[in-house]
Amino acid sequence: MIAESFSVEKGDYLRAGEASTKMKNMLKKLGIGGSVLRRISVAAYEVEMNLVIHSLGGTLSIDLDGDYIWLVSEDIGPGIPDIESAMREGYSTADEIAQGMGFGAGMGIPNMKRNADVFEIESEPNKGTKIKMGFLMGGGKSE
Amino acid sequence: MTIEDIVSILDARVLCGEDKLSLVVMSACCSDLMSDVLAFVNEKTVLLTGLTNMHVLRTAEILDLKCLIFTRGKVPSDEIIERARQMNLVVLTANKTMFTCAGLLYDGGLRGAAMTWNEETEEEK
Ligand SMILES: Nc1ncnc2c1ncn2[C@@H]1O[C@H](COP(=O)(O)OP(=O)(O)OP(=O)(O)O)[C@@H](O)[C@H]1O
Ligand SMILES: [Mg+2]
Repeated sequence: MIAESFSVEKGDYLRAGEASTKMKNMLKKLGIGGSVLRRISVAAYEVEMNLVIHSLGGTLSIDLDGDYIWLVSEDIGPGIPDIESAMREGYSTADEIAQGMGFGAGMGIPNMKRNADVFEIESEPNKGTKIKMGFLMGGGKSE
Repeated sequence: MTIEDIVSILDARVLCGEDKLSLVVMSACCSDLMSDVLAFVNEKTVLLTGLTNMHVLRTAEILDLKCLIFTRGKVPSDEIIERARQMNLVVLTANKTMFTCAGLLYDGGLRGAAMTWNEETEEEK
């Protein structure tokens, strides 16, 4: 079993994406490839960008456990007031800075949900958001 | 279609990856929204975009893309070109609008990436 955790700063666009690319390379070295690697990488990048763009900061961690790879994002706020809206394609509160860099399509969370075999989201205003995604190492969604 | 074909169709300039122009691409996607790209593009797809920042490269890295085309003659910073070179990407710049680039490539036989994440091209559906 391996586990690794990365901290992600609010507004740190320069380093944004570093954690997910590191994870991707780490999984590759462990012999994980093909569509499961692709699904994990896309979901990791989306959730990491959300930490940078929307959260006050948080951590992204990865864990291999039996048949699943678990990707967990946890932040310290501000929380999502209306999760149902946030899950909808096209819903975004991204600011102009984020939009200017190519974000704010409102596709991130729908992308995560589509790529993960297990998707759980919990959020409390003023406390924070936790997203847990599980990817079946063999025979998941894409196989 | 090979990247070399794309270079000649668009009269594009090669910014890096000169040695990989014989790579074959299966489909194309035009977008300035990274999450849209992440939703349905696969590694045999070329991405046409007007954005020239680091996030385009990150997105390319996440998806294992092989070729990026910047439209309207945009050229990214040297730092970005250098990073793209390290990633073994082919990067082109075409001095035409995104619409014209897309039209010319379509005319040349290239098709859009499927709007779902696990299919090859639009027309195979
Ligand atoms: N960690 C978070 N903390 C607070 N709000 C969040 C967080 N993640 C997402 N959100 C909210 O949910 C909305 C939808 O997120 P989603 O990733 O789907 O779209 P986006 O980030 O706005 O755009 P895209 O991902 O397409 O670039 C965001 O606009 C934001 O309002
Ligand atoms: Mg997002």
